[in-house]
Order: sequence, then structure tokens, then C-alpha cells
Amino acid sequence: MLETRSLSKTFNPQTTNEVRALNGVELAVEEGSWVVVVGTNGSGKSSLLNAIAGTFLVDAGEIFLDGQDLTSKAEHERARFIGRVFQNPFSGTAADMSIAENFSLAARRGMRRGLGWALGSELKQALRERVRRLNLGLEDRLGNSIGSLSGGQRQALTLLMATWVRPKLLLLDEHTAALDPKSADQVIRLTEEIVLQDKLTTLMVTHSMQQAASLGDRLVMMHRGRIIHDLRGAEKRRARVNDLLARFEEVRCREQLDETAAEMLRRAYV
Amino acid sequence: MTLLIGALSLGLILSFLALGVLISFRIFRFPDITVDGSLPLGAAIAAVLLARGVEPTLATAAAFCGGLLAGSITGVLHTKFKIHGLLAGILVMTALYSVNLNIMGRSNVPLTSEVTLANYAERAGAAILGGVSDLNLLGWEVSVRDAFVFVSILVAVSVAGLILYLFFRTNLGTAMRATGENDQMIRALGVNVEHMMVFGLAFSNGLIALAGSLLAQYQGFADVQMGIGMIVLGLASVIIGEALVGSGSLGLSIAGAVMGSMLFRLLVAIALTWGLDPNDLKLITALFVFLALVAPNFLSRLGKRPALGEESRAAAR
Repeated sequence: MLETRSLSKTFNPQTTNEVRALNGVELAVEEGSWVVVVGTNGSGKSSLLNAIAGTFLVDAGEIFLDGQDLTSKAEHERARFIGRVFQNPFSGTAADMSIAENFSLAARRGMRRGLGWALGSELKQALRERVRRLNLGLEDRLGNSIGSLSGGQRQALTLLMATWVRPKLLLLDEHTAALDPKSADQVIRLTEEIVLQDKLTTLMVTHSMQQAASLGDRLVMMHRGRIIHDLRGAEKRRARVNDLLARFEEVRCREQLDETAAEMLRRAYV
Repeated sequence: MTLLIGALSLGLILSFLALGVLISFRIFRFPDITVDGSLPLGAAIAAVLLARGVEPTLATAAAFCGGLLAGSITGVLHTKFKIHGLLAGILVMTALYSVNLNIMGRSNVPLTSEVTLANYAERAGAAILGGVSDLNLLGWEVSVRDAFVFVSILVAVSVAGLILYLFFRTNLGTAMRATGENDQMIRALGVNVEHMMVFGLAFSNGLIALAGSLLAQYQGFADVQMGIGMIVLGLASVIIGEALVGSGSLGLSIAGAVMGSMLFRLLVAIALTWGLDPNDLKLITALFVFLALVAPNFLSRLGKRPALGEESRAAAR
């Protein structure tokens, strides 16, 4: 479904703030696969998602979604096929508009928006039903502004909005990181329900080793803009939080050794 | 009474200005200075066409289109050329000063003998009331012309307000509102933010040019300087309107902008009747806007204060 070939991106090239966010990322994701992406800080996890979504254009490499070349397409053009949930609960919703209006926007993701009435009775009915199943008591408050809801409720709604029109690819960028443990748990359970029920191809970035170990059928670990571990199938199922932490430690140690060794060599011989 | 009707009529004409500023400033969160140039643009286009004998409705429509063009240019400067919004507006406004002069050929174009929309209103009044030149409304003398001009503008503004309200409840309109609020979200939902911005600014300035053309026909002349300070007037109307009805829903915002414009002109008319020096008009405008901005907060705090006073007195005992 998703294929990235040699994705590279450098931010602020030729300046003191130069950051090589992506360093030749090769990733192929089958349809219906749920990939969890973990990595050290600055490893390029969010950059990978942003590159796929089109928030920026990559310097080199290609992105294919369901056989279609998205590499040079603008973000709003890619949005037809991609659903996104951001880390910040405020990023995925329009705070001053009502819940119903937010959904009317999501319901037309990728479609032409003309002079048709945004809040038709069909949409409102379907919306009430779907929101009722969330058991958050929001189905009678659809006219309230979304800004009045808590972070957890907003993320739950953003998730519903991102998948209202079935996306070919769902991008979840640490979408529970800004929530309290209870809300995070609720949102994760909703995520599981939606992803597994609709068999959505999903890329989920997370900081939580717990989530990484228990969710998804594939785990990808990134470091310095590259994929360094790729666990699938049985290997992924066997992985526990301790295993993942151990791999992280291994990366850090290798890193420190490389750098201090290089420094020593440089001082001695250059 | 003539003063009152005049102030209200002017307020209604300038509510098109307020509605335009509502779109650019509140809905798109874009401080659009183009206003100072697009209002006289509308006036200039209408005046020149009317002087050539063009039918008033066509001349007014042409003025609206002129505003659409001016707004799109500001929009393109901002979205395609990445020029800061404020600067883009200033650039277009500055350029329009010369454009307006060129259109008019001189700095002032009188419209005393031409057929204007005001004449249409007058004729409608004559046809309906059969040749009477003055009305007697509750003991006050009101000329038929003034009364019918007032009524026709009222109808025009009501229709425009309704169209705006309906438009912003459509899919396209809702997407435009969201663009101003959270462009990251709306991009991820497939909306071309750049197109929305250009469209919104075009529409906003179209309304403002319309205000200019109506103003020229009402006051009987178009002047190249008539746009100076109009952005402030527009903002003042919107802010006074919000102080009156709050900014909760779309419908309230639209109604508020219209009422704010009328109230503002009314206050100015009253101030002038009380002997305010016209030189101080801008100072009074600033004062009104300041009061409109702080009054809502002040009044709500005033409501809570007596309780606090009692508590502290009880604690002191």
C-alpha cells in the first residue's frame, strides 16, 4: 500500500541549524498492516509522517501510495487518501466551530466543496449514531463548540474525523502524548477498535514503549533518520517493553562509542 | 429627523464595509488594509460609469467586480509571493490611490445630475405614494426621497446579510471559516488554503467596493480621499457590534456588524449635534472603539464586585 524509497530531507541546509531529518528511509507497508514507529529524539519519526503527508517536500526519494506517486503532490492533494491525527489536540479541530461543523468538514475530505448545505440531516443523524457509540455523552452536544471539550474528547473526535471518509493510510503522530493516562487509554482503545475493524493501513508514531509492545503487527525503530530495526510477525509479537528498552540502550551505547572514538581519532591523527 | 434618517442610511450603506471587514478580519483573521483603497475604487468606478450614462445597477455591479479584483491581488501577493498580509494590503492600497485617480481623471467626480440608485429609490417612492414630497411620520417631516432611500438600503443589506449567512453554512463557506481558524487542520482535510484566502479577500473587498459605490451615489460625489481611515470605521463597526451581541454565532456576528455600523453613525451624528468639532471626529471614533472593547469586560466584572465588597467587609469585622 505504502512504499517509500530512499527518502531524504535536510532542514536548514548549509547553516548552523542543519538537521538531517531523513537519511534514506526505505519502508514498504502492506495493506491493512499496523506499523508502530519508535525512535530516539530527533530520529525522524515525525518527519517521516510529515514527509508522507506532504507537509514538506522531500529532497530526494519517492513516495508511493497504492501505486500512485505522491512525491511532488501538495499536502491538500494527498489529503484525499490520508487521514491524520496530530499530537496537539488543538491541531486537528477548529475550536470555535461546533462539533457537527467540524465533522461536516471531515466528511468532505478529498471531495469538492461547493454550495451544498454543510449540515444536512443525513450527516447529523449518522454523526449522532457514531458519537453515541463513543460513550462520552457527546451525542446531544453536537452543536457545542469543540473548544469546550477536554483534550481526550478532542482527540477521540479527531480520530473519528480522520477516518470518517475511509483513508488509504492513517497517520497517527504521538496522538496520545499530550493526554492524561486515563484519556490516553480511552483514545488507544478507540484507535484499536477503528483500525482493526476497518483494517486500516496505519503508521503510528509513539513514545510509549507500552503502546509499541502491545499494538500493531509491525515495529519499526528509527535513529538518525534511518530505520535500524524492523520487527514483524512473531518477532513483533514476542517483543516486550524490556526488549525494546534494551534495543534503545544498545543504540545509545553504540552511538556514544562511535562519537568518542571518532573524536579521539580526530584529535590524535588530524 | 432628517439627521436621524441620514445617519441610519449612512450606517446601512457602510454596513457593507463592516461586513467586508468582518469577513477579512474576523473570519480569515487577516488584517486587510486594502480597504482604504478598494472603497474609493468602488466609488470611482461607479461615478465614472454613471457620468457616462451607464445604468446604475450595472455601474454598481462593475464597482463590486473592481473590489473583487483588488482583493484577489492582495490575496495572490500574500499566498503566491508570501508577502506578509499587512504589507500586501498596504501595497495594493497604495497602488489603488493612483489607479483611482486615473479612473476618475481628477480627484473629485460630482454626481449631481446623473441617474443613480438614489434616483431609483426616489422614483419608487413617487410611484408608490403618488407625487407627495414629504411624509408625516409620527409628527416629523421626512422627505419621500430620504425615506425610500433608507428602506431600499435596508432591504439590500438584509438580503446581503441573509446571503452571507446562508453561504457560510454551505460546504465551501464552512471550509472558508475553518481556513481562518486552523489552516493546518483544513489542509489535512483536502482544502486548498491559498485558493480560500484569495477567494475570501476578493469577496471581502467586493463588498467594500460596493459600499463605496453606494456611498458615492448617496452623497453625490466620489472623491479620491474618501477611503482614508475606512479600515478603522469598518473595524469600529465590527467591534461595537460584538460588544452589542457577542461573537458567538455566525448570524449574530453578521447582525452585529450591521448594527454596529448603524449605531456608530448614530453616535457620531449625536456628537456632531451636540457641537462636536468635526476635527475631533477621529479622536471620538477611537474613544468609541476603546469603550466598545472594554465595556463588555468591565460590565461583567461590575456584576461580581458588590459580593466581593461584602466579603471583605465581613472579614474586616
